[in-house]
Amino acid sequence: MKIIVLIKQVPETTDVRIDPETNTLIREGVDSIINPFDMYAIEEALRVKERLEGAKVVVISMGPPQAVDALKEALSMGCDEAVLLSDRKFAGSDTWATSYTLAQAIKKIGDYRLIFCGKQASDGDTAQVGPGVSTHLDIPQVTYVKHIEQIDTHAAKVERMTEEGYDIIETPLPAVLTVVKEINEPRLPSLKGKMRAKKAEIPVWGAGDISCDEDKIGLDGSPTRVVKIFTPPPREGGRILTGEPDEVAKELAGLIKDIVTG
Amino acid sequence: MANNDAIRVLNDKCTGCTLCVKVCPFGAITMEEKKAVINLMKCTVCGACVEICKFKAIVIQKKDEEKIDFSHHKDVWVFSEQKKGQVQSISFELLGKGRELADKLGARLCAVLLGDKIEDKAKDLIARGADKVYLVNSPKLHVYQDEPYTKVLVELIKKYKPEVVLCGATVIGRSLISRVAVKIGAGLTADCTGLDIDPDEKLLLQTRPAFGGNIMATIISPNTRPQMATVRHKVMAEAEPDAKRKGVIIKEEFPEDVYTSRSILIDVVEEIEATINIAEADIIVSGGRGLREKENFDIIRELALALNGAVGASRSAVDADWIPYSHQVGQTGKTVCPKLYIACGISGQIQHLIGMKSSDVIVAINKDPDAPIFSVATYGIVGDLFKVVPKLTQYFK
Amino acid sequence: MDYLLTEEQQMIKDLCHRIAEEKIKPVAAEYDESGEFPWPIMKIFAESDICGIYIPEKYGGMGGGILELAIATEELCWGCGGISLAFAATGLGTFPILLYGNEEQKAKYLPEVASGRKLAAFALTEAEAGSDAGSIKTTAKKDGDSYILNGTKQWITNGGEAEIYTVVAMTNKAKGARGASAFIVDKDTPGLSFGKKENKMGIRGSATREVIFTDCRVPKENLLGKEGLGFIVAMKTFDSSRPGVAAQALGIAQRALDESVKYAHERRQFGTSISSFQAIQFMLADMAIQVEASRALIYSAARMIDSGAKNIAKVSAMSKTFASDTAMKVTTDAVQIFGGYGYMKEYPVEKLMRDAKITQIYEGTNQIQRGVIASALIKEALAK
Repeated sequence: MKIIVLIKQVPETTDVRIDPETNTLIREGVDSIINPFDMYAIEEALRVKERLEGAKVVVISMGPPQAVDALKEALSMGCDEAVLLSDRKFAGSDTWATSYTLAQAIKKIGDYRLIFCGKQASDGDTAQVGPGVSTHLDIPQVTYVKHIEQIDTHAAKVERMTEEGYDIIETPLPAVLTVVKEINEPRLPSLKGKMRAKKAEIPVWGAGDISCDEDKIGLDGSPTRVVKIFTPPPREGGRILTGEPDEVAKELAGLIKDIVTG
Repeated sequence: MANNDAIRVLNDKCTGCTLCVKVCPFGAITMEEKKAVINLMKCTVCGACVEICKFKAIVIQKKDEEKIDFSHHKDVWVFSEQKKGQVQSISFELLGKGRELADKLGARLCAVLLGDKIEDKAKDLIARGADKVYLVNSPKLHVYQDEPYTKVLVELIKKYKPEVVLCGATVIGRSLISRVAVKIGAGLTADCTGLDIDPDEKLLLQTRPAFGGNIMATIISPNTRPQMATVRHKVMAEAEPDAKRKGVIIKEEFPEDVYTSRSILIDVVEEIEATINIAEADIIVSGGRGLREKENFDIIRELALALNGAVGASRSAVDADWIPYSHQVGQTGKTVCPKLYIACGISGQIQHLIGMKSSDVIVAINKDPDAPIFSVATYGIVGDLFKVVPKLTQYFK
Repeated sequence: MDYLLTEEQQMIKDLCHRIAEEKIKPVAAEYDESGEFPWPIMKIFAESDICGIYIPEKYGGMGGGILELAIATEELCWGCGGISLAFAATGLGTFPILLYGNEEQKAKYLPEVASGRKLAAFALTEAEAGSDAGSIKTTAKKDGDSYILNGTKQWITNGGEAEIYTVVAMTNKAKGARGASAFIVDKDTPGLSFGKKENKMGIRGSATREVIFTDCRVPKENLLGKEGLGFIVAMKTFDSSRPGVAAQALGIAQRALDESVKYAHERRQFGTSISSFQAIQFMLADMAIQVEASRALIYSAARMIDSGAKNIAKVSAMSKTFASDTAMKVTTDAVQIFGGYGYMKEYPVEKLMRDAKITQIYEGTNQIQRGVIASALIKEALAK
């Protein structure tokens, strides 16, 4: 029985600075990390594994060959196996094609009871891939999970965070759970885990390995298309108010009065 | 190299000017022997290089597609989210934008309302601009559940074939609409900050921030219908109600199996702490590490109370356990877009700025004149928040 | 500087730095204030497999040596020299078993330490026997198959929290230092009790207590080596552990340097960053030189010990003395660079200064160390 975790490698900061001279992007010195929300997914998968006998955690990432680093980090935390989905044919995948590709890989792995992902990726922020995967696999989903109350191999009772509090939901398994920060505190890797991860050979699957319909992957499989990329107009320069606390507070109060009363 | 790649460089046209290398957000282009080479493992086919290239040396190619006739797809739809029978304000915001889009397309604006005993809410949607309301009433739809809501919405879309579907980027909206999009094979763009209609092609132009708002991307879904987009709270202006407006209410019913759900909602729990939904607030007063200790958050709370606003916090304040996570603004917290954001004792780490910099007016109060928060502030006060904030509270009391 | 660390050593360094940065640093001020024992951090140490880095693989460790221990201690103490002391002091308490334990003793105790299930403590110091270990008053009287221990050990790091105590007691008072023996005592042994927790100037996230023996009966299987070896056990333990104290000092000093560079860059006076002032630049440069020199000396001493070299007392003492004097100087300078802010508890550097002080005192004061170094020098000269 397998617990699957879907992770994405993202830039450590989404702050891509713009060179004011050339109006182009400065990318130097931006490290890649596991999407922070996916760390909670990995941790929860490991905790569920400890609760369910005989479970194995398989972590999957779709991305460039360098995403192997993210998978190794997941292995060093205690995940059992990792698979990288990487193929030039996947280039240009939007969330539709990405969730299809991931779903095909999950089908190939088989014997899955739970699929964990972070609630969204910090670079794209779409929150679409988790629900997309569950739909492609035709299994239930619970999004924004903040606590797993009960779990066995057939069902899980979980709390889903809402704007006002939380819902308690019972779902049969297999199911996709997308998790939020509240659910746990991710562990650090262990030394033994790091050593195991260093030696691990991570299989790379391309389009040909996951029996997918080529019309549904990459750019051809993506209904959305980027037609324009531009830098937003810079924020107007602000005004610094100076003077004694009493004076500046009064001045500010005048400036924001309309918003407050409006 | 196989030329069925999604994007490629035409070597005879490439002059090696390196403009594309600089503009690529993903570092996917390098120069080899004075020609651009695109690393397809990194490329997301965003098209930035195609746009910048003066020599038309980079082409994106999709498989030749037959021009599909979408003429039978009409109307702009708004999914009207309701909780406990109350239509959520995000729906009114979407109706405001939806009305504009529908007018540009010469189409009708329709609202979709799912729930139990909510007939009387349909007229509110009409008052806010809907020409038509598709109403599905069932005890099974009393509260939101992924599967029945997905099935109902999919059935409605199949039956009435809208051109555009808009939905709020809320917990419910995000969980629902991605499933619907996958099910009907439609393109979906999340968190749009701008929506418009291309005057020639009549396509929905969906603009959203990428990379933490440093770049904007305009996205289309040319070959699938409906064109679907989600919009965050407070990004669009609410449609004003007009009780005199007329519209049609169309009640729909479905067989039992459409309402079934494999997962079961057992209970809905409301937490006092979480009731201040900062994502919905018009005014937010936020505190950070500069408050020094937990008790000092009261200064923030008092100002928020005086302004009738919500209380936000930076990550370091949340990590220090001064205030619960539900108040956290930023990359790992909530993204907010209020009319007024007052940052007190927040230095403005980029992760925080990402979460609040699209606010209409930003006020920063910080003792460090070099704090990055001032770079996004409309009004900045370099000074002691313990002196300035209580004064400000006094003025509004 | 590149110390040509192996991949494994680099891994230890990276992981320990991450633990320090993500888990220790955020709570350091809290433990410094409360003086509580940092059990949650101990759990993280255990889960990260770092408790056994200096213990042979056959006992569940990673098979590293003094260098690995020093690397880990340095990085953890960069986060907090107090919290991380529990790790280093467990090393100190474990060395007697590693160095002089028999197979049964090693098989029984080392896996418990390696897994992080148990902490250890070394109990030598008494009220009237600090650097002068020969005047120990605690006695161990042979009685059948046991020894009966009586006496009070003072200022024992991990006292009351550790499960395993390595204790030096007199089996034959008449023989002076040569009448001392070393024992392993389990925490649950009847007759073993603890005094109140000391209220310290620094390293407040560590536990320091009296360890009291009242007719405490220890089986003779728990004798380390043989009777009369106690003093040797203690000295050899210190030879191995002093680079660890040095590494603790190094971690504290490195943190003070890092904080100073960051602050000097951020702090503006007279319209410019204070890091543009030569007075500050020279201070930073001197701090960096001393920190790097400490590291070079510690790593060299550790590598020499790991190579199995015999006469290690001198280099061991040198590394401890130099690194701890450096830590005191660098942390004092850090407070100076921070100015008035440096004196305030909201800023991290005053704590570093308080934490640094102990490294000049414990495991042999730096004056004693200089004595050790000098006598080794003279011995070497006479042997020529």
